[in-house]
This record gives sequence, C-alpha cells and structure tokens, in this order.
Amino acid sequence: MSPEIIDLLNIAFLTFLIVIAIAVSYVRDLLYAAILLGAYSVTMALIWLLMSAPDLAITEAAAGIGMTTLMIAVISRTGREEK
Amino acid sequence: MSKKVAIVLLVGLSIVMLLAIAELPIYGCANTPVQNYVAERYISGALSDTGALNMVASIVIDYRAYDTLIETTVLFTSIIAVFLVLKKGKD
Amino acid sequence: MTDFVLKRMVALLLPFVQMFGLYVIFHGHLSPGGSFSGGIVTGLGLIAFSLVFGIERSEEKITERMTTLIESFGALWYGAMGLVGILRGTSFLMNKGSGISLGVPGKLYSGGLILLITLGVGLKVASTMVTLFTSLMEEED
Repeated sequence: MSPEIIDLLNIAFLTFLIVIAIAVSYVRDLLYAAILLGAYSVTMALIWLLMSAPDLAITEAAAGIGMTTLMIAVISRTGREEK
Repeated sequence: MSKKVAIVLLVGLSIVMLLAIAELPIYGCANTPVQNYVAERYISGALSDTGALNMVASIVIDYRAYDTLIETTVLFTSIIAVFLVLKKGKD
Repeated sequence: MTDFVLKRMVALLLPFVQMFGLYVIFHGHLSPGGSFSGGIVTGLGLIAFSLVFGIERSEEKITERMTTLIESFGALWYGAMGLVGILRGTSFLMNKGSGISLGVPGKLYSGGLILLITLGVGLKVASTMVTLFTSLMEEED
C-alpha cells in the first residue's frame, strides 16, 4: 500500500477510536458497552496491523474482542447494570 | 461551576499531552534514540542466536525470557487473587 | 441456553477454533502469534462451549481441578525449562549457549527451548482464562 492510503486509513481508524470511546461512556447497558469495546479492539487490531505488528494484532484481537467482551458479558449477566 | 472547572482542566491536560506528543520522534524514523546498537544486534543476530523465524518470539522468550517468566507469574497471581475474592468460605 | 442454531453452530466451529489456537501456539516461533494469543484463543473455545452447553457439560469434559493443575504446571514448566541451562553448566534460561540443538530455521522443531516454553505458557494461559470464567460464573449463583 502507498503511504498516502496508510495515512488516510490511520486517520479514519483513529477517529473511529475516539468516537467509540466517547460512545462507550454514554451507553447505560453494560452489554452494549461490552460490544462497543469489542469494536474498539477490532479497530485497534487493524491499527496494529497497519503499523506492521501482526503479533500485537493477534493478541489484541483475541484478548480484546474475545476475553474482554466475554468477561464483561458474564459480569453484566449478574444484573449489575448501571442505574 | 464544576463543569467549567472540569472543562478548563481537560483543555489544560490535553494541551500538555499534545505538547508532549510533539516532542516524540517521528513514527518509523531511523534516527531516533530507540534505534541504537541493541536493535541492530537483535535484527542481525536473532536468527543465528535462537533459530526462530519470528523475531518477536525470539526476543520475548529468549533474550527477554526473565520478563516472560515474571509475566506468567503475574497471571498466576491474578488467579490466586480471584480465588481469594470469589471462593472465600467455600471448602 | 437451549437455542438449537447456537448449539449447532458452536459444535461446528469449535474444532476449528481449537485447532487455530493450537496452531498459533505451536507456530509461535515461525509465524506471528505466540503463547498468549494462542492460549487465549484455545481458552475462548472452551469458554464458548461452557456458555452454550452449560457449565455441567464442560465440567464433564475438563474438570476445574484439571484446569487448576494445568495452570500450576505451566508456571512450573517455565522454571523447569530454565533449569535446563543450569544443569548443562550455564546460566538460568540459557537457550543456545547451553548446547541445545537449534534445529533448521523454518521447520517446526527450531529455536531450541522456545517451542517448549511456548507450549507450556500457552496451556497455562488457556487454563487461566477457563478458571477465571468458571469462578466468575459460579459466583453468579
């Protein structure tokens, strides 16, 4: 890929990160917050991939998308949603 | 009142952070203090020193094996903490 | 959860997920990935199984005592691999200097101790995730 396209993708992904991070704080339901954090991790993994760090991308994808979402989903099932 | 204080604090904090980022070396630049002889040694000698194609693995598990050892200990400690908090009182 | 589609989809996908996790662990020294990411993927497969089919079914497959044992074994395994260096007369966790054959770069057996350590840490991470999940789920009820 040419450097211009990589720059454009970087800008788009980083803007998306900020949007998601703000959106997470506005969501009341913990399950939706977990799903939004999963989207955050997907974007972060793509940014790692653009920085040519596939090791970190795989770890971010597995830990961020899978583990964090599952843990928060399990905790949110216990009925501790924000009042 | 507290909202205004928060906004002023946040703007000040972001200005400080932006100033700090402006001082950082350019991403991918070759003439930074990070790119010293240690990085050259790893890049030139990783394959012959460890025999692993993935340089990240050879650094994490060979050159910096102590770090990974302590990292697994951290995982172990987290499990112990979870057991302490959640399994209190059960056999 | 008794959804038919969910059960069949997980049953179809689970072998591939587990296989991919083990692949990432075993090829940690050849391709991107490694013990932590592969272990998390392997653990996530088991967690998905117990989420869909219930904790009781997954207790039949792998008991909690077993995951705790694997967990401790992974931590000890790393130290035992470090002792190989001491036994051969060099320092702790020495790989090439302790005279272990490094193998041909690019083959599955290469990198000396790296493959063995990655295997132990991967199993440990997988069991850590499963143990965390089961203790959180048990706390719920």
